[in-house]
Amino acid sequence: MTNKSHELLNMLGLDKNNQAVFQDQKTAHLVVIGQRIISSRTVPGLEVDAKEQGGGVLVRIRLSEGVCLATPVHTCFGVVHNQEDQLIKIEVCLERNSSARFIAHCLFPKAEHVRHSMDAQIMIAEGASMGYQERHYHGPYGGIKVIPKATVKIGQGGRYTSDFTLTDGRVGSLEIDYDVEASDDSVVELTTRVFGHGSDDIRIRERIVLAGKNARGLIKSRIAVEDDALAEVTGITEGNAAGVRGHVDCMEIIRDRAVAKAIPIISVIHPQAKVTHEAAIGSVDKHQLETLMAHGLTPEEAVDLIVKGMLE
Amino acid sequence: MNLLELSDIRFTASGRTILTGLTLTIKAGEIHALLGTNGTGKSTLANIIMGCEGYYPESGGIYFDAILLNSMKMYERARLGICLAWQEPARFEGLRVHEYLTLGAATEPPEVFLRLVGLNPSAYLDRMLDRFLSGGERKRIELASVLAVRPRLAILDEPDSGIDMLSTDDIIQVLDHLRSTGSAVLLITHREEIAAAADRASRLCGGRIIATGNPRQISSSFKTRKCISCDGMVRDDK
Repeated sequence: MTNKSHELLNMLGLDKNNQAVFQDQKTAHLVVIGQRIISSRTVPGLEVDAKEQGGGVLVRIRLSEGVCLATPVHTCFGVVHNQEDQLIKIEVCLERNSSARFIAHCLFPKAEHVRHSMDAQIMIAEGASMGYQERHYHGPYGGIKVIPKATVKIGQGGRYTSDFTLTDGRVGSLEIDYDVEASDDSVVELTTRVFGHGSDDIRIRERIVLAGKNARGLIKSRIAVEDDALAEVTGITEGNAAGVRGHVDCMEIIRDRAVAKAIPIISVIHPQAKVTHEAAIGSVDKHQLETLMAHGLTPEEAVDLIVKGMLE
Repeated sequence: MNLLELSDIRFTASGRTILTGLTLTIKAGEIHALLGTNGTGKSTLANIIMGCEGYYPESGGIYFDAILLNSMKMYERARLGICLAWQEPARFEGLRVHEYLTLGAATEPPEVFLRLVGLNPSAYLDRMLDRFLSGGERKRIELASVLAVRPRLAILDEPDSGIDMLSTDDIIQVLDHLRSTGSAVLLITHREEIAAAADRASRLCGGRIIATGNPRQISSSFKTRKCISCDGMVRDDK
């Protein structure tokens, strides 16, 4: 990684620990700033083919059969300037019985007129496992539109977990759209944590199709909104085969003039399938609040702690 | 010297009188058991002392160390040294046991207080206070949190409910610890063997305290569940 690349990571506000990860020779990484590929590294068993094309960046990632990566693959997608568009297309293939974790740092610290689009196609073969963490920071201005879209197919006995976190700074406009299809005996868990302020606009649509027998699915959303922010969370789970179990769990806390909506959609077409949902929207739970105040916290301190805990 | 004085408290909810003419004192460092059948207003009284929302008396005074609490907020009362362990403690996502036990100005590390309530610190410090803890585990942690803030007055609302019989000794140990640190305790319980650990006891019936005295005598009269003065009926003095 060059000095210039480091300088760019600094400008994005990436902390020192994570910057060190991008220097580690044993850790695979990819850094894309704006429309340019700044740095990449692979490790044995992992192919990363990234190229700039058509006003965006196309990335193909393939993990060979049976390869299990001990350390996560780190990616960094960001925009240094206050205005720029970034378009990323990613195709990921985890071959049979392979496993890897991916950590994506998505950083837009000065965003005033920024658009970030991510379109991912993910194939997880039989017995393979993929963990994906996406951590966002959009700066204090709210001038960003982020559109993460993913289509995931999980093979028999495979596993996919994703964890999207955007809890510091403004959100801007966020439109998450995930579709996951789970085969026999596979497991999928989608977790989203977002804290909206100002006029932030949060729209989340996540859909799990439990297509194969005994597949398991969980959609978990933890959203807090304050000021004039809006959040609309749609969690869709379809139980289409024998023995499948699905659950949609949405919790949203609102303050001030913020508005939150939860739309759980569950559909079952097999008599031996079971899909459940729970949604809770409202201000902070009174009993929690009083419990903390009985320990000497002011109402403001107590609310902050409850919201922070929910988003952890 | 009286630490807490409740004077002629009257409280109604949804048009129903719950407490009327209630007077009670708790001395500094005293463990005071409060007995009463279900629905007599024991938990209501605990909430009134703590200042929970919706639990403000219509009349009467709540004095703590001679300071009138009636218009004080809950956290202000907590900062004076009052702490309440609820009968059904709240669950929190994302809040770990060690964080919960250090919310107040804890004088000792949280491990100490977990051991005092019969929990192994290494198994619990990093756990979340969420729904995956059993009711009994959560109650023990609630008691540990009260110990951790070293209150001047601890209100324990049925600390024994939801905890297995064998751990009565653990609760007695908690009371002994509070006594050793000079804390006064208002102990709400139905169990004679736990009430017996108190210095004094009062019986709540018909919205008021009908007797105060030796815990064994009060427990004995409570066991009959009969009240010769009001037969459990709230006689509204208003």
